Parts: sequence; structure tokens; C-alpha cells
Amino acid sequence: MWAFFHKLGSPRWFYGIAARLSPWCWALALALILIGSVWGLAFAPADYQQGNSFRIIYVHVPAAFLAQSIFMALAASGFVFMVWKIKIADMAAAMMAPLGAAMTAIALLSGSVWGKPTWGTWWQWDARLTSMLILLFLYLGVMLIRRAFARPQSGAKAASVLAMVGVINIPIIKYSVEWWNTLHQPASFTITERPAMPLEMWMPLLIMVLGFYAFFAAFTLTRTRTEILRREGHKRWVKELFEERP
Amino acid sequence: MKTTTSGLTEAAEPVREAGEGLGRAVVATFRRDLTAVARRPGDALTPLVFFAMVITLFPLGISPDPERLALIAPGVLWVAALLSALLSLDGLFRGDFEDGTLEQLLLAPHPLSLLVLAKVAVHWLTTGLPLALMAPLLGVLLALPQGSYLALSATLALGSGCISLIGAIGAGLTVGLARGGMLLSLLVLPLFMPVLIFGTGAMGAALGGGEWLGHLAVIGALLSVSLMAAPIAIAASLRISIHG
Repeated sequence: MWAFFHKLGSPRWFYGIAARLSPWCWALALALILIGSVWGLAFAPADYQQGNSFRIIYVHVPAAFLAQSIFMALAASGFVFMVWKIKIADMAAAMMAPLGAAMTAIALLSGSVWGKPTWGTWWQWDARLTSMLILLFLYLGVMLIRRAFARPQSGAKAASVLAMVGVINIPIIKYSVEWWNTLHQPASFTITERPAMPLEMWMPLLIMVLGFYAFFAAFTLTRTRTEILRREGHKRWVKELFEERP
Repeated sequence: MKTTTSGLTEAAEPVREAGEGLGRAVVATFRRDLTAVARRPGDALTPLVFFAMVITLFPLGISPDPERLALIAPGVLWVAALLSALLSLDGLFRGDFEDGTLEQLLLAPHPLSLLVLAKVAVHWLTTGLPLALMAPLLGVLLALPQGSYLALSATLALGSGCISLIGAIGAGLTVGLARGGMLLSLLVLPLFMPVLIFGTGAMGAALGGGEWLGHLAVIGALLSVSLMAAPIAIAASLRISIHG
């Protein structure tokens, strides 16, 4: 088990593993997202209240899932990097952060596009929207601090610490924002309690969520490989790798 | 500690002192920072003046009508307090970073997190606590209704403890950066939001004639969590800023 971790931690070994895994992840992601979106957008029945506008959840919900999961992954990578000094963890974290921020932005944008026909407004200081907005700020902070340092090594550590501090705060922020919202506006609408979805609506959503996770895995693997080459470009194994090829 | 050979005594003596020295080092750090503030009182006054200035902007910008001001007063007071905290947090470690004091703290044979806790305690004593005491006065200017003054002071006193602790993490991360102040506000403001919510929540409850001690208790809980976790993060962030 430990030997496996240590091997995985070596950039050279990870580079090879990622090369073998990433095509499968990309294929899986493409297939799931294709099936999920065609099913969800074209074949799933329209909502009896919201009509066709509900279909945006097939993008919105998976993006929101990823937005939160990626921050957890950032903090976990930060922890691994700070405790065991495994460089791969930091390379992956550096590549994941922009994707997480993008997913948060997609969740916010698609949410407000959905909010316009449904609630009649682009923005509502609803608990979920607010905590997503704060999450976006946390992502931006992690991304900015990494670049603020002259030495990449310091930036990596600072980003790791900030991600860990952020992940402790996320539940606190989430619950305090929920509490704040219920105080200010007593349930004029509830997006938290949707009527239970029928299976035909729910299945494509599940497929889309899985597809987004597969995309996250594929994206991270591919980008981490590029990052390995960028950071380890001076190492012999990288030079040999490219000299061998015509 | 009596031993027959004098060599053993000499070897054992410093070990004993190191154990006792922790308390002394923490107290010494605390007193040193307090003295530093006392010698340059202007540094501690600036955030308070800034706080008063921001409060003054609101009646000018919104309306001098007492009823309208009373509505926004709790939020304005709290937001202004957060902004003024940012101002003072930026300088929390800067002087010590520039003159090498932080490096000496790092080299000290004591846990950095506890020494740093002493520094944060001084920061709270010289910025957060005066702010909490001064806030009711500015509440009068904003026509804050009766019954929420105690809630204002109490939540600000405890809440500013949280803010000092959480903010010090950001201050530690940005201390070595050229324009750290801008980044500091981006990093720590999202983390202040729970304190803001419960602080203004307590005042809202007090104004409505309700029970506000529950909100204060939540801020107390946030403070205890920050007291436990933040010093470790502050120490880690200072280590990063000093030798990468």
C-alpha cells in the first residue's frame, strides 16, 4: 500500500499511469455526457410546473457537485503535499483549482439563467447562491495566492494552507448562510425541497453527474501530465522521453 | 535537582529551563508587542479613526433620516468593523517581518503557534476590544435603536477575536508580498462572513426584543474553534513566508 503511494508520488511513474488511464476517462466522460445530455435535453419529460426551463439542471447540478468536490480535492491534495511533500499532489491541485472555479461560475451562471424564468429575477440572495458565491471567492483566493509568490514552492505551500483553512470554513459558511437566509425570508419559495423527481428525469441527471466526474478525472490527469513535463523538464527521464521519439 | 557530579547538573539545567521558558517566552512576546503598540499609539488609533470615518460616510451617502439609518446601522457598524480590522491586520506581522523579529521567533525553542497566539492576543487587545468599546458611540450617530447596544459591544468583542485569529492566517501568508494588503482582503473576507452573519443576527434579535445570547454563543463557539485551529495555520503560513 505504502509502496504504491510512494510510486504514485513519483512524477515519472504518475506520468506513465496517467497516460494509460486518461484515454479511458476521456472516453467515459464523453460517452456519459453525450448520453446524459441527449437524454436529459431531448427525451426526459418536461416539468409540469417549470416546463422546459428545468432542463438546465442537467448542467447546473453536476457543475455544483463538482464545484464542491473539487475544493475538497484541493484541500486533500494540499494536506498530502504539506505532510508527505508529494509533489504530484501539488501539481494536481494547481491544475484542479481553475476547473473548480470554472465549475462554480457555471453553477452560478446557469442558476441565474434558470432563476430568471422561474423566480423572475437573475439574482436572489438565497442561501445556496450566496454560499456558492463565497466558494467562488475562496477559489479565486487559492488561485491568486499561488501566483503571488516569487518562488513557486512558497506559492504551492501557501495555496495548500489556504485550501485547508477554506475547507474547514466551508461547512461553517454554508450553515451560517442557510441560517441567515431563513431568518430574513421565511420560505417564500423552497428550492431545497423539490417534489420527488420521476425516474425518467432523475436518471439522465445521474448520468450527467457521473459524466462530469469522469471529465474532472480525465481533465486533471491530462493537465497534470502537462504540468509534470513543464516542471520536470530539466530532469533526465523527461529529456530521454523526448529524444527517443523521432 | 541535586546530582553528585556537577557536569550532570549543568546538562540538566537548560532542559528544565526550556520547559519553564515556554510560559516566559509567551509572556515576553505579549509584553514586547504591547510595548511596541504603546510606543507608537498612532498605529493602533488609525483603524479606530478609519472605523469612525466609514461610519460617517453612510449618513452622507444614504440619508440623514434617523429611521433609515436605524435600519442599516447594525450591518454598517459590523461591515465597517471588518474593514477596519483588515487595515490593521495588514500591519500585524509586517514590522516584525522587516526587522527580523519573526525569524527570531521561528528560531526560538518554543512552539511558534503559541508565540504567535500572544501576538494575536495583543492585536485583539489593541484593535478589536477598543473597537467594541467605541462602537456604541458610533451607534448613537447612526440612530441605532435602544436595546441593541450591549449586543453590539458583546458581539464585536468576541467576533473581533475571531477576526484577529482568522485574519492573522492571511496576514501571515501575505506578509512577504509586495502588495499583500490587497490580496489579504481577498483571502480573509470570505472567511469572516459567518462572524458577520451571527454578529448582525444577534443585533437583529436584540432589536426585535428576542434572545440574542444564543447568537453570541455561536460567535463564542466560532472563537473557540479559531483559537484551537488558527494558531497552527498562522504558524504554518509564517514559516512559508519566511523561508518558503
